Amino acid sequence: MDDLLVDFLTETNESLAELDVALVKLERQPNDHETLSLIFRLVHTIKGTCGFLGLPRLERVAHAGENVLGRLRDGKLVASSDIISLVLASLDRIKVILAGLAEKGAEPEGDDSALIAALDAACEGRASAPELSAPELSTPEISAPEPSAPEPTTPEPTTPEPGTPAPTVAEPAAEAPVAAKPGMEAPREGAEPAVAGQTIRVGVDVLEHLMTLVSELVLTRNQLLQLARSMENSAFTVPLQRLSHITTDLQEGVMKTRMQPIGNAWNKLPRLVRDLARELGKKIDLVMIGADTELDRQVLELIKDPLTHMVRNSADHGLETPDVRRAAGKPETGHITLNAFHEGGHIIIEITDDGRGLDLARIRAKVLAQGLASEAELAAMSENQVQRFIFHPGFSTAAAITAVSGRGVGMDVVKTNIERIGGTVDLKTMPGAGSTFTIKIPLTLAIVSALIVEAGGERFAIPQISVVELVRAGAEGSAKGDQPMIERINATPVLRLRDRLLPLVGLRDLLALGAGDGAAQAGGELYIVVAQVGSSLLGIIVDRVFDTEEIVVKPVAPILRHITMFSGNTILGDGSVIMILDPNGIARASGVGGGEQRKPPQEAADTVTSTASTAMLLFRCGDAAPKAVPLGLVARLEDIPRARIEISAGKTVTQYRGRLMPLVAFDGLSGEGESQPVLVFSDGAHSMGLMVDEIVDVVDEVLAIELGPQVPGVLGTAVIAGRATDVIDTDYWLRAAEEDWFRGSPRAEARAAPHVLIVEDSDFFRQLLVPALAAAGYRVTAAASAAEALKLRESGAKIDAIISDIVMPDMDGLGFARAIRAGGPWAALPMIALTGQVDPADVEAGREAGFTDYVGKFQRGALLESLRQCLAPAANLGATMGGAIDHATASWDGA
Amino acid sequence: MSTTHTSPTIGENPHPEAKPGAKPDPVAASGEQVFVTLSLADQLCGIPVLMVRDVLSAHTITRIPLAPAEIAGSLNLRGRIVTAIDLRRRLSLPPAGNGAKQMAVVTEQGGELYAFLVDQVAEVLSLRAEDFERNPPTLPAVWAHHSRGIYRLADRLMVVLDIARLLAFTQAA
Repeated sequence: MDDLLVDFLTETNESLAELDVALVKLERQPNDHETLSLIFRLVHTIKGTCGFLGLPRLERVAHAGENVLGRLRDGKLVASSDIISLVLASLDRIKVILAGLAEKGAEPEGDDSALIAALDAACEGRASAPELSAPELSTPEISAPEPSAPEPTTPEPTTPEPGTPAPTVAEPAAEAPVAAKPGMEAPREGAEPAVAGQTIRVGVDVLEHLMTLVSELVLTRNQLLQLARSMENSAFTVPLQRLSHITTDLQEGVMKTRMQPIGNAWNKLPRLVRDLARELGKKIDLVMIGADTELDRQVLELIKDPLTHMVRNSADHGLETPDVRRAAGKPETGHITLNAFHEGGHIIIEITDDGRGLDLARIRAKVLAQGLASEAELAAMSENQVQRFIFHPGFSTAAAITAVSGRGVGMDVVKTNIERIGGTVDLKTMPGAGSTFTIKIPLTLAIVSALIVEAGGERFAIPQISVVELVRAGAEGSAKGDQPMIERINATPVLRLRDRLLPLVGLRDLLALGAGDGAAQAGGELYIVVAQVGSSLLGIIVDRVFDTEEIVVKPVAPILRHITMFSGNTILGDGSVIMILDPNGIARASGVGGGEQRKPPQEAADTVTSTASTAMLLFRCGDAAPKAVPLGLVARLEDIPRARIEISAGKTVTQYRGRLMPLVAFDGLSGEGESQPVLVFSDGAHSMGLMVDEIVDVVDEVLAIELGPQVPGVLGTAVIAGRATDVIDTDYWLRAAEEDWFRGSPRAEARAAPHVLIVEDSDFFRQLLVPALAAAGYRVTAAASAAEALKLRESGAKIDAIISDIVMPDMDGLGFARAIRAGGPWAALPMIALTGQVDPADVEAGREAGFTDYVGKFQRGALLESLRQCLAPAANLGATMGGAIDHATASWDGA
Repeated sequence: MSTTHTSPTIGENPHPEAKPGAKPDPVAASGEQVFVTLSLADQLCGIPVLMVRDVLSAHTITRIPLAPAEIAGSLNLRGRIVTAIDLRRRLSLPPAGNGAKQMAVVTEQGGELYAFLVDQVAEVLSLRAEDFERNPPTLPAVWAHHSRGIYRLADRLMVVLDIARLLAFTQAA
């Protein structure tokens, strides 16, 4: 039966019961205006709803009854017992019809004209009407004063047998009311349990209030239990135990009143999908998994619409037509899968389709067209970020607006609705293979048991559901016996736990809580909360562990929602407010199993020594392998509109800052799309643009370049952001552009360029310096150690200047300088010391050892300037080694 | 004098939900507006009385790690969690001296309660529209942004705080 009809029946039966009582009361006190108004209102509501639901017979009877009541209310008629009887008769007729309705789902056949005529007559105040029906209606009059009295004694079965009520319904309806009367009791009794008896309608606010009370009761119970624990053999123990059990049952019971299976929100979807499939000419199979997953009724109401939207979207945008699917080698029938399950105190609903996936290019184009982001911003976004634009208001990628979707209202509403209940929505898409939307909804209002811990002097709650075990561990070096001990890899703490390394995060560090009471530093014991995060384990280091408490999760204020570390807050039994930690958020923040999320910058800066990490620009071009270049070498990132890229004399150029700039394509091909992302390299005098497909990201990474087999333009391969990445050789590309652009003459200049030797033990620095110097027009040779450099000297390499690191293994920079100055062909060359520490004493030591100049690392400009000064006279003389030596000596002397 | 003192005792009243002297309709025909006044580093500020849910004296505030600096923490107000905002910080004022007792004005926005920590909550004033003036253009940006305007009182000036803007934190993650 229709849900609406069931609701109507339930509601109307309640109203009728109320009416019986009220009418009897009215008969005793005909002038009770309040009662009269109530009766009128109830009948009016019934009439109105009947009209709405299309129940003409019921409506007519109710309408006639209402008219009489209206006259009564207006004081045009007096509520004589005749009239009351008449109204009661109309109510009885309504009950008869309702019973039939409950039985068959449709109004039973019948003729009410006699009753209606009687009512109308009464309404017009004609004495004849009551007269006419008076004998008939006098029968119910007797039973009317106590309509509820016979009910309990009626020996009717609570559940009517299907056959019995039906004929009794039909019969009295067809006959005169008086004859019907005895029979009418039966269907009335039978109908009520059928529809109304099994459910009681209770206001949500009543349940809400009950829930709050139970929550408070649970907290009070917990406090009592805590007290009882400290008192042994108390007389309270046993009753308290019982109270505790009852409280738990009560809590579960109240929770259950609010829970409904998610299938209730899904039951309209099969029909929707079927209709859509017909309308769109697609073959769609809807699969629903986990329909019995229960969630809060209110939450259910709120996600109903978003879910419908998303399924509609999947059917319309996601899935292809059968011929397209066939062409793509997929089965003709597309699948939409709904999957609901519980995970870590949340409910996850996945909506998966095996359609075409999201069209990233189209989203990008649309983003640009709508001005939601600039090309540069877009170029800097990850795929996932771009995909998330579909949640932007007014965004639709559907090529054509169909009746079903494409108006760009939907996904943003979906997102807003889900976020309103503290949930999140995310998507994954594979071009050609489909998309998955994942909705994560917290179980708000739920009481969860949580472990209370302390870190840095603050208390926090960790949901018990994600706590696997607790480990008491000693700080480094203070572990006794076979107690587990926290060890460190570099600065990262780990714990050996049953033959496995457990990654650890310190809650104090993670939440920037400061030192706390210092118990831990004093070599005391630490506690590790082993938490399950998805499929992996994570240890959270805390200072202290209290016990578990039942807490009522309350969402945090909107202005704090961006802190992903907390899933909510709560008030403890002692009245204090504490934050509830979200182990998933902690894992994401600390990089455990956290796909996209990067470390927060401040954390990266704290844990990674600054000299070892460098900002790398990640981009994509040519093949799938990501490419990287030290950000310091890139002058600018530009997005050049395709229209502004010109071909001049067979070369690709663009007008850039009032000059022509050569553009070089990494893979020799120019891309497509409205604009071209370009990395601009500059050596001061000229600039060139390297055309790439996509600028992906900037990451801070410790670079370890493994020089692989030389591919032109690529220095080697390094692991960046967890992926093997080609680090490109800026020098190669600058030269490539120059060759293209300056034709020969600059080339000759390049050949005459001073030759610089770099001695540097750090791979990274070598890789950074070589292109930097090359870009500035020097020929560069690199040596990884002083010994290697001296070998070069022996082999007779011609060098114009030496740049050397100071801190190196085996022979350091000072030793190397002395060795050079001690004699040989390089004895008089300018030598520039490159070091992290520039203080006067060091500079003095460097000069004594024979260095010409002293430059701090990272100071690319200063290094180039120093080189220029050291070499400038030599270049001016255009001259031989001898001249250079002379001058270098002179400059040294002058210094 | 353009002001009428309606409730000089509100500062001591921890539960002024039944505002003792507040007029039933503060935006009455006369164009009068009723404000809860408070002081902040000696500056008199006002919040429309209808926006004020509660005035609290010293309360235990739980620190919230990683929250914006302006957020002092959260506190328990009769079973509801209230986010406390350090108004001095929010308005780029120097922090109150150690041990300085602070009071809090609780307001509601979007079903959430927020408590603004202030130095002192003073009286409730009913002010005439004629004494209202827009922000002088020279007001520092942080004040200009969070102020709806200025009331000229007889002896001093009162800044009308814009609660919505004070609560509009840019979500700097």
